[in-house]
Amino acid sequence: MAETKKIATRESFGLALCELAKEHPEIVVLDADLAAATKTEIFKKAYPDRFFDCGISEGNMIGVAAGLASCGKVPFAASFAMFATGRAYEQVRNSVGYPHLNVKIAGSHAGISVGEDGATHQCCEDLALMRTIPGMVVLNPADHYEMTEAVKAAYEYNGPVYIRLGRLAIESFNDPDTYKFELGKGITLKEGSDVTVIATGLVVNEALKAVNALESKGINARLINIHTIKPIDKDIIIKAAKETGSIITVEEHSIIGGLGEAVCAVTSENCPVKVTRIGVEDTYGHSGPALGLLAEFGLDAQGLEKRISSIVK
Amino acid sequence: MENQELLEMQKNACKVRMHAIEGVFNAKSGHPGGSLSAADIITYLYFKEMNVDPSQPKAADRDRFVLSKGHCCPALYGALALKGYFPEEEIKSLRHIGAMLQGHPDMKGTPGVDMSSGSLGQGISAACGMALAAKYDNADYRVYAMLGDGECEEGQVWEAAMFASHYKLDNLCVIVDFNGLQIDGSVSDVAGLDDLDKKFESFGFEVINIDGHDFAQIETALNKARTVKGKPTAIIAKTVKGKGVSYMENQVGWHGKAPNADEYKIAVEELSAQLKALEA
Repeated sequence: MAETKKIATRESFGLALCELAKEHPEIVVLDADLAAATKTEIFKKAYPDRFFDCGISEGNMIGVAAGLASCGKVPFAASFAMFATGRAYEQVRNSVGYPHLNVKIAGSHAGISVGEDGATHQCCEDLALMRTIPGMVVLNPADHYEMTEAVKAAYEYNGPVYIRLGRLAIESFNDPDTYKFELGKGITLKEGSDVTVIATGLVVNEALKAVNALESKGINARLINIHTIKPIDKDIIIKAAKETGSIITVEEHSIIGGLGEAVCAVTSENCPVKVTRIGVEDTYGHSGPALGLLAEFGLDAQGLEKRISSIVK
Repeated sequence: MENQELLEMQKNACKVRMHAIEGVFNAKSGHPGGSLSAADIITYLYFKEMNVDPSQPKAADRDRFVLSKGHCCPALYGALALKGYFPEEEIKSLRHIGAMLQGHPDMKGTPGVDMSSGSLGQGISAACGMALAAKYDNADYRVYAMLGDGECEEGQVWEAAMFASHYKLDNLCVIVDFNGLQIDGSVSDVAGLDDLDKKFESFGFEVINIDGHDFAQIETALNKARTVKGKPTAIIAKTVKGKGVSYMENQVGWHGKAPNADEYKIAVEELSAQLKALEA
């Protein structure tokens, strides 16, 4: 059984990096003055000689990472999702993406669950931005165990990878004894035939609670966890579209350009079915406690249960 | 530099210029002005300064060159072709569909190009990463980054300058091709880059001012840069945009325009005459 202790995926990321670095001396870590927040400080303490703070200059950090990668290093460059993918978008595109360099970019404090810091720091566009870059793998792990494996998979993939990290401590729902991460493969968490819910990242566990609660109310929903936004698992989506006839996507991200639209692209070209996108609807977040915001945006278990139920009926 | 060596260098620089103009003419587009101002320095780097071997363009211990002012790649391609990284014939298809030589440097497609570049301000950061990698590996290769003067208006240049200084990247040598002109006019009119040397100095660089067309000065500066310890070096090279083709010299209009057939003929005649004089 999974542990009940809550842990933020940013911390899982920092721990996984340390573990991976033991065997791979070519791994180096860069941060832009946010090591305490992105949790690269865990790595920094363990490997001070392999950690390079770039100061508050995300564009330069991405360029430095590109240079390191061109010389055989495997740099993990971390900052808040807003700055790593937003401010430094063009550096990621031109210095890392275009030459397909082996740089791993970690964006922490993604989504509205950043909480009190408010809209300027609540990046709900990172998945959309990174999806547009040719050759970029985009990962959005949902809990501690998934993040641990995702970091390893990112290392093993030879090319640019974006990994989304969350600030909020969350429960782990995956079973570490049986969990298997396969890049580009979705995971069916619950079988069902009435509708398929496809979720990603921090809200997967909320969706899991919601579909389980709906079962007792007569709605038999399938739940798929998509940890790899790009390349997306087309097969699992097409199969779900064919077998359940409609899809609901759930993400803590803008409904523009993220998981929802990635799923729409697959269904519309292969098996057109109705897709309803649940997420942040073309608006900014605002300050407040993370859990309160998730509830307000309808992304907690109760909100999702209500919304899914109303869509199905 | 001995006379014979200087003569060879001047001939090579002249050939690099001919290649640059040939490429831009056949592409019917590109950036001749800055390519010609950078040609002497790029030639010196590839034919004297850098430890590189065209038969092993990916050798781990080679010196690296990042053309941060990537639009001036016609000069880089000229030098690489002349050095033997790829056939000189490739120059003619610069910017053509399916060609190896892209409008801005592409490290994946072109042997000898150490970093893709073209978006101004980004190459110097990559150069910092390469220099840091050398430090990390205790390797003794050096990294050269060439920037345009106008490029120094990009904030990222100064982020990188802070980084290079903070990490004491004395294996990094930044060279600014200071030709004084950018697309919209003279750099002093457009955004003002007065005292660029003092700017780099205050960012912790060893700074050397030279005439970027005088090989003796180029050599002295690069030799000195190799002796500097504990900080990076910036060479501010005063150059002439369009150098070597009379009607292009100091003309901002030749920043990003290809010569027509008549103009090309004049350029070839002038450069051929220069080469002939050197060979005499």
